[in-house]
Amino acid sequence: MSALTDDTLPASPRAVRDEMIVFVVMAALLAIVPATGIYPFFVMQALCFALLACAFNLLIGFGGLLSFGHAMFLGTAGYVTAHLLKVGQISFPYWAGHWVVIPLPPLSPELGIIGGVLVSALLALVTGYVSIRRQGIYFSMITLALSQLLYFIYLQAPFTHGEDGIQGIPQGMLFGFIDLSKPTILYYVVLAVFLAGFLLIFRTINSPFGEVLKSIRENEPRAISLGYKTDQYKLLAYIASGTLAGLAGSLKVFVAQNASLTDVHWTMSGEIVLMTLVGGLGTIFGPIVGAFIIIAMQQYLAGFGQWVTVIQGVIFVGCVLAFRRGIVGEVANRVGHSL
Amino acid sequence: MPETKTATRPAAGAGGAQVLSVKDLQAWYGESHILHGINFHVKEGEVVTLLGRNGAGKTTTLKSVMGIIGKRSGSVQFNGKEISRASSDSIARLGVAFCPEERGIFASLDVRENLLLPPIVSSGGLSLDQIFELFPNLKDRLNSQGTKLSGGEQQMLAIARILRTGARFLMLDEPTEGLAPVIIQQIGHTIARLKKEGFTILLVEQNFRFASTVADRYYVVEHGKVIDGFANSELEANMDKLHTYLGV
Amino acid sequence: MQALYAQLLVGLINGSFYALLSLGLAVIFGMLNIINFAHGALYMMGAFCAYFLLNLAGIGYWWALIIAPIAVGVFGMILERTMLQWLAGLDHLYGLLLTFGIALIVQGLFQNYFGSSGLPYAIPDYPQIGDWRGLQGGINLGFMFLPIYRGWVVIFSLVVCLATWFLIEKTRLGAYLRAATENPTLVRAFGINVPRMITLTYGLGVGLAALAGVLSAPINQVRPLMGADLIIVVFAVVVIGGMGSIMGSIITGFALGVIEGLTKYFYPEASNTVVFVLMVLVLLVKPTGLTGRAA
Repeated sequence: MSALTDDTLPASPRAVRDEMIVFVVMAALLAIVPATGIYPFFVMQALCFALLACAFNLLIGFGGLLSFGHAMFLGTAGYVTAHLLKVGQISFPYWAGHWVVIPLPPLSPELGIIGGVLVSALLALVTGYVSIRRQGIYFSMITLALSQLLYFIYLQAPFTHGEDGIQGIPQGMLFGFIDLSKPTILYYVVLAVFLAGFLLIFRTINSPFGEVLKSIRENEPRAISLGYKTDQYKLLAYIASGTLAGLAGSLKVFVAQNASLTDVHWTMSGEIVLMTLVGGLGTIFGPIVGAFIIIAMQQYLAGFGQWVTVIQGVIFVGCVLAFRRGIVGEVANRVGHSL
Repeated sequence: MPETKTATRPAAGAGGAQVLSVKDLQAWYGESHILHGINFHVKEGEVVTLLGRNGAGKTTTLKSVMGIIGKRSGSVQFNGKEISRASSDSIARLGVAFCPEERGIFASLDVRENLLLPPIVSSGGLSLDQIFELFPNLKDRLNSQGTKLSGGEQQMLAIARILRTGARFLMLDEPTEGLAPVIIQQIGHTIARLKKEGFTILLVEQNFRFASTVADRYYVVEHGKVIDGFANSELEANMDKLHTYLGV
Repeated sequence: MQALYAQLLVGLINGSFYALLSLGLAVIFGMLNIINFAHGALYMMGAFCAYFLLNLAGIGYWWALIIAPIAVGVFGMILERTMLQWLAGLDHLYGLLLTFGIALIVQGLFQNYFGSSGLPYAIPDYPQIGDWRGLQGGINLGFMFLPIYRGWVVIFSLVVCLATWFLIEKTRLGAYLRAATENPTLVRAFGINVPRMITLTYGLGVGLAALAGVLSAPINQVRPLMGADLIIVVFAVVVIGGMGSIMGSIITGFALGVIEGLTKYFYPEASNTVVFVLMVLVLLVKPTGLTGRAA
């Protein structure tokens, strides 16, 4: 599976310093958004998806693994966080013939997020253990099937409220004193979490772990012959990616104030792939650009029914046939730097 | 066989027409430039051998003639027709048959299917009976999986299947590689027999002792160029040079 | 017991569709190295094709059974010629992404014009011979009531599957196909037009999907998204069975349909998920799939 990113990645060495400059500029631009009059809800939503796409990109762009089921982390973390914030009490059906009930009150935002992230980490461990067993195209099919399995479970599980979803979720006071129901405060919290998540991914890519991942992507047999247990590396990358995708899902609960089946559906997994493809597979900033473009497109075309789906399909086809580097990859190729 | 008349034409085609004429053939694998201008020709009824070290470009020459190498330039004429830009399937249908070095026996096909796979491109090919006469071993193994055969049998199958097609120009890439002496001998007999029946053969060989038993002429390939050529009768005189070229 | 047999029959019918679709996926994957995500959308197009033939041209079921697979097959061959063939030499994943995009376009267009609800397609009531009214009605088998159309779908699918198996495993054309799956370059150097074969193979695989679509139209109605969820189950079937063997695809398809039917009877809550759960189990026990080679 080495050819995937061969022509998508610029050949030049990573210029960490230049990338940091772009990062600071990006952070500064995002920080002044509330002062510009741009609808903050749109930017917050886009930031959640940007984090999600970055997490997905960690796996495909640097591990060579195309997950077609990343919506399962978004949706799972969303449901868990939403449930903890709104209800709290956890009931396991029929454990040895009885309902097991953990009586909890509705939890605070930070605990809700921790819960969502922990459960998605656990989910990533389990699904990763299964899906890492096959490579390439099979890996994609397996992740898709696993997310569909979860979709059907959530469709039937009582706590998700099926087709209705969990609605009207209280945003609450973060750490007891940050009022998340105030849009501007929520915006900066979302931005801070996004930037922290992004830096974590950035750090991972440039760590020795990231280097091993890249070498596995380029040539797995060679990495094995060098003594790396490539399956363990791939599993770790999968867990990291799934956990961060879960963080995005928990965060999104505070923005959208609901958790629904849409977030677990395969169409959502496809959108995550599309965002990353448009921005540039294997680029650092591409997923962010892609997420903003796709979310903006959905906003503007919301009234056009299924034409959104058709346009997304056209973008997929166009990107694969003529624009495999994506926007950021194309720019990076022009300026001769990795971005 | 229907072509017995042509089959008895004089061998060693001294005055025969040029079947294959290659001029300034260049070829690339991706970015790496492998052939830097190959020139040679093969006349009707001849057995011509390309000699040279590993990596000199002999196999690439055959593949370029066959149209398998995507990036190539220069001129290749087959029976006077320019084929350097043609696709490999259309080249094959003109009557060029290729037996690759790795033999290319298909694992998902049994021996019979392997044998019958290449389509007939013109009349005048060997019948199955004639093929079994040349390679009696194959007849008993018709229902075996192709890759279950021994190396020698696989080589025979690889040659046998291109004899059926009616192609009169055969390109054999290292047919003796890795085989036992007795089987090499059998393949030598086969080539001699084919020559007698009027086939034109372009052979790639490392083993020039074997080549000397069948070839009319030789070309020496080095670094993607033909650097020398001589007839079989001049072999003795060129022995010293040859040892230097081949490093044996 | 009646209910059990009824669910078994439903299982066999779903199994027929799994078999027809996974067979096509396997054949296409062998030649094109592409997992055809558009397979579900093309299955849907097969059903719509039958619907259009009936409602726009008055052409009935039996002709649709022939015309729809050919029409959708030709559409598939155009897709292959204009788009898929440019992916040769690239990573397999691009094929998945491209065909996913095609699926979105096709399904989106149909949704725009036909919404998401189902359009009815009647079971054919001809030829009428004696008491028989085409494929309508049913037979009392003593232990169960067998709707004739359902029995027809199972038997006809089985025949088509076996015919495809015969074509690929026992004929000269099939030998070309198997050989080209292994080593397309050499097969081409023998004088066979491999690019044309690839196009025809894609047409064949897609035609099988369209045929399944026509068969399913009277049972499941004609809906723009009828193939969208189905294709994911078929992916799981393919992971379970592996794509190395034609017969393996057929058997796995039918077997999983039956297991799903049994689950619907014994534990209906799990009937949507049982195939996926089985996939997980198979991956844990035998990661290469039941009949598959390492991939």
